Amino acid sequence: MTFIGKSIKRVEDKRFITGQGKYTDDIVLPQMTYARFVRSPHAHAEIRSVDISNAEKMPGVVKIFTGADVAEINGVPCGWQVDFINGETMKEPKHPLLVKDKAMHAGDAVAMVIAETYGQAKDAAEMIIVDYNPLPAVTDAKAAMEEGAPQVHPDVPGNLAFDWELGNAKDEVDAAIENAHHVTTLEFINNRVVPNAIEPRSAIGHFDTSNDKYTLYTSTQNPHLVRLLLCAFVLGIPEHKVRVVGPDVGGGFGSKIFHYTEEAMVIWGSNQIKRPIKWTAERSESFLTDAHGRDHRTKAQMAFDKDGKVLALKAHTYANMGAYLSTFAPAVPTYLHGTLLQGLYTTPLIHVHVNAVFTNTNAVDAYRGAGRPEATYLLERLMDTAALEMNMDPAELRFKNFIPKFNGVEEPGYQTQVALQYDSGDYHPVLKRALEMVGYENFRAEQKAALDSGKLLGIGFSTYIEACGIAPSAVVGALGARAGLFESAQVRVQPTGKVSVYSGSHSHGQGHETTFAQIVADRFGIPLEDVDIVHGDSDAVAFGMGTYGSRSLAVGGSAIVKSIDKVIEKGTKIAAHLLEASEEDLEFAEGKWTVKGTDKSVSFGDVSLTSYVPHNYPEGLEPGLDFSSFYDPANFTYPFGAHVAIVEVEKETGKTTLKRFIAVDDVGNVINPMIVDGQIHGGLAQGIGQALCEGTIYDDSGQLVNGSYMDYVMPRADDLPQFEIDRTVTPCPHNPLGVKGAGEAGCIGSTPAVVNAVMDALSPYGIYDVQMPITSEKIWNILNDDSGETEE
Amino acid sequence: MICDFRPIQNSAFKIQNLFFEKAELQFSNILNQKKNFKFKNMVPSKVNYHRPSNIGEALELMSKFGDECKILAGGHSLIPVMKLRLADPENLIDIAGIADMKKISDNEKSITIGACATHADIARNEAIQKHAPMVAKAAGMIGDVQVRNFGTIGGSIAHADPAADWPAVLLAADANITIKNAGGSRTVDIDQFFKGLFMTAVEEGEILASISIPKTEFNANSTYVKMPQPASRFALVGCAVAVGGGMARVAFNGVCSTPFRDTNVEKAVVGGSSAADAATSVADGMDVMSDHFASAKYRKSMAAVYAKRALGEVM
Repeated sequence: MTFIGKSIKRVEDKRFITGQGKYTDDIVLPQMTYARFVRSPHAHAEIRSVDISNAEKMPGVVKIFTGADVAEINGVPCGWQVDFINGETMKEPKHPLLVKDKAMHAGDAVAMVIAETYGQAKDAAEMIIVDYNPLPAVTDAKAAMEEGAPQVHPDVPGNLAFDWELGNAKDEVDAAIENAHHVTTLEFINNRVVPNAIEPRSAIGHFDTSNDKYTLYTSTQNPHLVRLLLCAFVLGIPEHKVRVVGPDVGGGFGSKIFHYTEEAMVIWGSNQIKRPIKWTAERSESFLTDAHGRDHRTKAQMAFDKDGKVLALKAHTYANMGAYLSTFAPAVPTYLHGTLLQGLYTTPLIHVHVNAVFTNTNAVDAYRGAGRPEATYLLERLMDTAALEMNMDPAELRFKNFIPKFNGVEEPGYQTQVALQYDSGDYHPVLKRALEMVGYENFRAEQKAALDSGKLLGIGFSTYIEACGIAPSAVVGALGARAGLFESAQVRVQPTGKVSVYSGSHSHGQGHETTFAQIVADRFGIPLEDVDIVHGDSDAVAFGMGTYGSRSLAVGGSAIVKSIDKVIEKGTKIAAHLLEASEEDLEFAEGKWTVKGTDKSVSFGDVSLTSYVPHNYPEGLEPGLDFSSFYDPANFTYPFGAHVAIVEVEKETGKTTLKRFIAVDDVGNVINPMIVDGQIHGGLAQGIGQALCEGTIYDDSGQLVNGSYMDYVMPRADDLPQFEIDRTVTPCPHNPLGVKGAGEAGCIGSTPAVVNAVMDALSPYGIYDVQMPITSEKIWNILNDDSGETEE
Repeated sequence: MICDFRPIQNSAFKIQNLFFEKAELQFSNILNQKKNFKFKNMVPSKVNYHRPSNIGEALELMSKFGDECKILAGGHSLIPVMKLRLADPENLIDIAGIADMKKISDNEKSITIGACATHADIARNEAIQKHAPMVAKAAGMIGDVQVRNFGTIGGSIAHADPAADWPAVLLAADANITIKNAGGSRTVDIDQFFKGLFMTAVEEGEILASISIPKTEFNANSTYVKMPQPASRFALVGCAVAVGGGMARVAFNGVCSTPFRDTNVEKAVVGGSSAADAATSVADGMDVMSDHFASAKYRKSMAAVYAKRALGEVM
């Protein structure tokens, strides 16, 4: 009986599709109150006064807190420290729970109104009079560094949070570029996107006066880290008196990794009023305050020799941090972006320089892919543009530059110029397979024929690498992480042989309850329904680092395997005793221990029962069958793949239609192919969305103009073709499952493939670099441009 | 225009003690059971809710409340602005339960559509499909299935969003609008109905009762096309054309702040120009809207492209 590699239907879906999922907002506690936050309508404003006198008299109001009430409390901390190039510590201005003197972005919370009902809280919130003195705002990272730009934080001159560089000596890289046969230069904006989890953020704080214990229910990807930050950094309350529960979570895409001020406010407030407080974001609040993604302005140069071999890469990025440093924000443009600029290529010289800049915008942090999509966009746009400029085939150009195959076992990992060592890789087959699926041999002829009949077809490529399961802890600590990045798992075999697994990973849609159960059922040789996965409750699970960075299976799954191994090891001792055989003579398979070469056996259930009813039991052995493990990986994992987009651009309207999308990904071993396919599909939709339609628009005063679904364009099913996907398998050499991670791959690879395809379609008109999102009007302007100048 | 649609039933109408946890009960059933109660615990401001059973009752309530009330039908325009508290009427008069107002009747010379007929009702009506295909087609292009099942034609045109789909279609169809008031009723020619951005010929104290589509040769040969705004899928450019019997009616929504008929294009079509030639002058001299989805220049060009396509279908 094996469950590995089987597309088992997700066990959690029954409750989700029958409306029985239990999300934070579904939880109702006795005596619960409701909170509404008063938020700054200005992107940058001095707060002269906050008058709550009328609001306090409104019906149902329990309590109102303002910035003055929480001024002595620490702000929410940043979880990753990056130092300036000159060694100074990054600038980390306080991110207060409520702002007192100055609002730094539209949506910054000024007051919290607590009332008997949400409607009453909302009514009262409208009665609070805040006297704002609006100040000039800056929303663009590059503009924020210019002389005379508005200063976001008084103690951060020039708005620079930190600068950072990595790679080879800059002089060497410059010299290589100077002397190269061909240099491709691009300046582009990696557009800021809103995560748009379908479940808005929600948090309930509950202080239990009977035992002085706090419970935080929150829509999070990361319950234990939230608890750690909340206790140790923000409120200074004892960690053993705080329980954090992340119930069913309706999507996060990164935005629910972080510890938010609202979580701290409902917890702190619940002790002040001795009643539970619930807050659930309205969609407008989600747009304004869920940490956004991307927002890089980059200039990059790639140098080639005459055969198309890459000689050097240089990149400079302005990374918009928003008004505050969110939990993992400093890592995104640095260790998750700069370190990926080797890509799949043998580029011998790389230099990357990043300015991380404060602006009067909502915080920017990890969003599906986090830094790696930005790195991939940079590399892959350069590759396809270079191919057009040098009149070379873009696929051929990549084959020429791929790092040769290495499995990480006999052959060592590949040491990049930008700090990482890839674990295993075999890059030619993914692109070869993608070309086969495309029918590339015929495509160029089809494209030519289409052009002759007035149609613009284009093909775009993207061959990406990403880094998942960020670890080991000592390394990430050296890189600035203020937390370890291991994972824990407890495997508890119940007396009757049923198994409960307590994982520190946290599903917000990934299907942990199925994939993890498959591993356990497979290794123990028991039915899938005999395994239950418990996650998301800090009182149940020893510790955990949550789910993000495609880490759950590679790190959390490996921790489970470690505990499984311990169970089997102990079970073997018990079985040997019961069978009156030596341990060496036993083999464990299909749920039973058998004396080799005989039909004498004892089942998994018999052994587990014996362990809890130890009447006939090995001397000196502890009863019970319950093991915990912590797994700290040896390295990151490095999935990779090749994505190909085919688009048609309509001349009359400029409308881009994605005709086909081919994705060949290598995510290592696969436990549940259906779930991996689903992850790839979702990732592709998000990556394609960024390319073709998504993106925030801020006006000059710092207002988010498209902060609703009437204005913010999400990709829809009918915008997308039937995805054509396939996989190769290059196992990870350093974790017991050989898995690499699949959650972000689709989102990392797809974006540049789509943009490259549009640029290829436009190539009869010239070589263009159109900024995302690629709207119909931008393309129409190029096609209808009679001035001879490009639109951008 | 600033809101998400689907959570409306769940969140805007979280009515205390009714469906507090999960909105599994049918919204309208609940409302039918309880008339005239106060909303509590909801996202919009407090409002008194009334559900008259006939149009006379509705008019009485309107005269009683004066400007302190709003008519609610499908709720797809009003509820979003109430959720955002951009509107906070004291009283809501829900006319969606008035059976007479939902009827679609196939008469000898026209089809009469009750103001509370849903977009879905209209899309699947066989008489409309036969006698005014653009009306059925446009109905099927509005929003998504949930919106079409709940949203009403009367609610849409009374709201008069310039980017909605109905205005161009009804202009091209030469529709007549029946409006009821305390004194009786009056009929307004569609050409006199749309008065500007969110403004119509419906006066205070009046209810838009029905829309009448004449059975003409041009309506029998008609179509509607649109370039959707990519987020809301309202019309960035919507063009309805009806050509037949020596007549041509060509109308647009999404292009200018008021939906309009382009008589230059109509004349060109009647005068024998090709679809492509007739479309070249679309919106000439008009004040075309500009926003972050489309500049005026692009919008005007797209109006011409879509007019050409629409005319191409019927010429």
